[in-house]
Amino acid sequence: MIEVKHLTKWYGRVLAVDDISFHVDKGVIVGFLGPNGAGKSTTLKILTCYQPATSGTATVDGYDVLGESMEVRRRVGYMPESVPLYPEMRVRELLMFVAALRDVPRGDRKSAVARAAERCWLTQPDDVMRRRVGELSRGYRQRVGLAEAMLHDPPVLVLDEPTIGLDPAQIRAVRDLIRELGQDHTIILSSHILAEVEQTCKHLIIIAGGRIAAAGSPGELRQRVLGPSRIIAEVKADDAATIVPAVNALSGAREVASGRAGSWTRLTIQGDAGADLRSEVFKLAREKGWQMRELRREVGSLEDFFVQITYEQNVRLGQRTAATA
Amino acid sequence: MRKAIVLARRELGGYFFSPMAYGIGALFLAVSGGFFFFGFPLFNIDPVFQPGAEASLRQLFMDLAYIMVFIAPLLTMRLMSEEYRSGTIEKLTTAPISEAAVIAGKFIGVMVFYAILLSPTLIFLALVGVYGRPDAGVAATGYLGMLLLGAAFLAVGIFTSTLTHYQILAAVAAMAILAFFSLLIQPIVAHAPEPISRIAARMNIMTYFKDFARGMLDTRGLVYFLGAAAIFLFLSVKALESRRWR
Repeated sequence: MIEVKHLTKWYGRVLAVDDISFHVDKGVIVGFLGPNGAGKSTTLKILTCYQPATSGTATVDGYDVLGESMEVRRRVGYMPESVPLYPEMRVRELLMFVAALRDVPRGDRKSAVARAAERCWLTQPDDVMRRRVGELSRGYRQRVGLAEAMLHDPPVLVLDEPTIGLDPAQIRAVRDLIRELGQDHTIILSSHILAEVEQTCKHLIIIAGGRIAAAGSPGELRQRVLGPSRIIAEVKADDAATIVPAVNALSGAREVASGRAGSWTRLTIQGDAGADLRSEVFKLAREKGWQMRELRREVGSLEDFFVQITYEQNVRLGQRTAATA
Repeated sequence: MRKAIVLARRELGGYFFSPMAYGIGALFLAVSGGFFFFGFPLFNIDPVFQPGAEASLRQLFMDLAYIMVFIAPLLTMRLMSEEYRSGTIEKLTTAPISEAAVIAGKFIGVMVFYAILLSPTLIFLALVGVYGRPDAGVAATGYLGMLLLGAAFLAVGIFTSTLTHYQILAAVAAMAILAFFSLLIQPIVAHAPEPISRIAARMNIMTYFKDFARGMLDTRGLVYFLGAAAIFLFLSVKALESRRWR
């Protein structure tokens, strides 16, 4: 559905997008994840024909964003990060205007607007549709932006940070809506809120410093991050000094850190990649007659991965700025 | 694509909501009223409405033309600049609408607003009619001239608005262009050496407008104003399109 090949974008002397390529299948919800300044918004702006790439190609449904931009624009519903709306218009007026702009046949406009309003919870306090956009709270503005994007039932939805600034209840509601929309639309959404992206997206593309750092399903990425596993345990022995050396002696244990918690010893055991030392630790404790009151494995989180790639991005950007200075 | 009409309607609605538009409208009518009743003694302009004066709006139309040099840019300054500022340009650019349709829509919207703005001046015509016998044809031609002049002036304003984020810059730039071709060009015509003064005479807005004010429909004036409008609207479309490549 969406094909991006060797996309590069320079803003003057700043390289925002550095030769990225990816593709999105029809009907998939793709999450574009990355730290601020990674190039997510820029890529989305190129896909929606708002800005041209410096080099590379992008096609949506087979149409090139530069050469056949009208066709692309007809097929894409876009919600920019800033959710720009005309403040003096009333919600209903605005949606009718967008419907007309988007070639929704005159007879269907009213029902299209009603349907979009319903799906985006704009019918709740009855008078929302009659209120002026400038008077709405951020949550409602975002819903109007979403309604606008999906009004003409485009095959592709591009949402730039759709839940930013929303409260947890609203975030959940939008997340559910996106999942629902995902059943019959192709959706690209960008975010730097991991939790929401993990939950709604079938496929993740992680961007940092203008390059793709990783791509795959949330499960796959978590596996990659799993790497060295960590076991946390709290044990008590008659002779506390024997604990650490004994644990260290376990095959598969790479590094053992310990701390006191009253009369208990708290262990953090770093194991080899993929090794799960929990049963070994339990057996050891039973052998030595230790008491045990906690035993768990820490799963690598995407958050760690995120922080790591952000760090790498900053390093790379620093090098690049130094090089072009 | 006549999405231009859709845009024009939206734009018109925006004008009627904005206090700025009402303010500018009020200013326009107040100043024209001032010229009508009191003239502008400083520049030796007689009031239109006085005993012994000719029963026509000719003088008023000339006054309004000068007023428009400053009012037109105020009406158009927000047309594109506001879209850039608020980010709604992103919506327009990613919608399946051509730049030409966008400019056409803006132009139609502001022209309609301008026409509505002009209509209260009919009161002046009515007042003159109470005391004298103005010629309807002359008045009609005068208003046609005002519309043509408006088209050209507003097109200039739209163009400067497409060039910048800042409304005030758009307004000042448009005023500069219009003031040059209406006010500054007069001393050039009067004092510059031969080829320049002749060329300048052909570009002087007031030369062409004077005929309309007097009730004379000269095709040269028609071509001048419509041509100017066309040129500046074309330039606006190009300016907008160029944004797509940056």
